[in-house]
Amino acid sequence: MKRILQLLALTVLLATAGVWLVTGANRGWTKTSVAVKTLDDVTGIEGITWQKKFLPGVDFLGAGTLVAFALGGLSLFFRKPTNSAKTQ
Amino acid sequence: MKLLNPLLLTGLLTGLAYGVHAAPQSFDFKDPKGVNNAVFKLDAPLESINGSANGISGTVTFDPENPATVQGKITVTTASLVVPNPMQNTHLHSATWLDANQFPEITFEAKSFANVKTVDNVTTGDLTGTFTLKGVAKEMTTPVKLTYLKDKLSARVPNLNGDLLVIRADFSINREDFNIQRGQYEDKVATNINLSLAIAGASPKP
Repeated sequence: MKRILQLLALTVLLATAGVWLVTGANRGWTKTSVAVKTLDDVTGIEGITWQKKFLPGVDFLGAGTLVAFALGGLSLFFRKPTNSAKTQ
Repeated sequence: MKLLNPLLLTGLLTGLAYGVHAAPQSFDFKDPKGVNNAVFKLDAPLESINGSANGISGTVTFDPENPATVQGKITVTTASLVVPNPMQNTHLHSATWLDANQFPEITFEAKSFANVKTVDNVTTGDLTGTFTLKGVAKEMTTPVKLTYLKDKLSARVPNLNGDLLVIRADFSINREDFNIQRGQYEDKVATNINLSLAIAGASPKP
């Protein structure tokens, strides 16, 4: 159980950091929409439309790290698996 | 029946024609293309917030022969203000910030136009009017640029003839002047809000 929790913690930590890095390492808060600009040729106005897109931010990174540490911490409450063959 | 003096008649017709031509035009800023927008930027020590609003409507009366007489009112729907973070978006519209339910509109009503300069179809000047946000009305003056695009409406909206008026303005307000979380969260939400308005109004002709 200890080993499973440690592996799970490492997976969560790496996955969080990986997703955050791959999506552009946004150092702001998580965004669920991004502004898309389009130029109106006649008036010269740059119109803004909001497109739904998930961009994880530092809060996502923090939450993932926290979960990973919690899992790692939880693993400390479990004993290392003992080798029954050695002890006998 | 005695005919009118031809010279007098010509003068009368010219005067009428000039009168029709010089009449102020009414421009509707409800944009069918949804391009009109107001951008707001807040740069606090700990956080920068950028967003926009596209729920723009209103009417402006503009006379190309006499731009200084411009008048009108522009309205932005409070609920149309958008920021990219969903939680900030909810907070923005909530009662503690803009209170979109109780104060559904942000308005600017023009009163006077000073330091007016016109070069070709572009007029610049300082527009004074009443800016109302969260129920607080404050008189303010902002530099604006008006671009009159004669007969350009059909290029934007097919099968509709008329003129366009583009208004651009950059100004800033202090949220504390409008009772928006006075003295609160200054490290995260800047008290100074920079606003950029870029809107086009249409004046259709038969």
